[in-house]
Amino acid sequence: MVNPEIIGKTYPRTGPYLVGREKIKEFALATFHSENSPSVSLEASQKAGHSDLVAPPTFAIVLQQQSLEMVIEDPEAELDFSRVVHGDQGFRYQRPIVAGDKLTSELSVESVKELAGNQMISFLTKIFDANNEVIAEATSTLVVRGG
Amino acid sequence: MEIGQIVFDKKLHFTRDSLVRYAGASGDFNPIHYRDDIAQQVGLPGVLAHGMLTMGAAISPLFDELGVEVIDYSVRFSKPVLVDAHGGAELNVSAEVVEVEEGKAKLAIKAVFNEQTVMAKSFAWVKNA
Repeated sequence: MVNPEIIGKTYPRTGPYLVGREKIKEFALATFHSENSPSVSLEASQKAGHSDLVAPPTFAIVLQQQSLEMVIEDPEAELDFSRVVHGDQGFRYQRPIVAGDKLTSELSVESVKELAGNQMISFLTKIFDANNEVIAEATSTLVVRGG
Repeated sequence: MEIGQIVFDKKLHFTRDSLVRYAGASGDFNPIHYRDDIAQQVGLPGVLAHGMLTMGAAISPLFDELGVEVIDYSVRFSKPVLVDAHGGAELNVSAEVVEVEEGKAKLAIKAVFNEQTVMAKSFAWVKNA
């Protein structure tokens, strides 16, 4: 069971994570983007006005995942990842993520609730660029299945 | 874009290979996405697709073909997508324009598996539409 005392806890900044062109391409192909996607084809991304490959709309999950690892490894949190299914996810972008970006992320625990024998744990992850500006925010709820 | 317009409507086929590939690409190595024994142990009916694989794949045609910038995208995962070791899973993904503002549009993104919607309250706001 997740320890409700982690509500309000902010985990240390990750990174920095250097967004690689090949990583964007790998992520894009894994999420069924086409060969002509601006996440796969440099020609397509430049035509769309980007300096390099632009990350797919859900790419920020890679940064969230890095922060989430801290929660999974935090003995205080007591989060059993194999009992976790994804409840909801949201992304809000100030600007797109592009290859070459150097990003860091910071996760805070917003709430831990009990519902029908399960626990719902909600996070907010802020993603910062090299200028320390928030370029994206990810919200996530994980369902920890009771057993 | 116009309200009511269906921007795409497409079939996708997930296999166990898709899940392993997505695990590697995303860093999400939760074993419920590749181990039948662990999925069963934690009381799931079988190996599930990552919700994030469904969420990512469901918006890919919009992003690739329309050259839009997605500024907001949120989803509630309402049903699991079970991926059979042999047959995989067939999904239908589509997007409908539900709101239009100056330079922006809101789309309802749908993903259907086994005749059931697997993403509820699923909307994206796009720019340059």
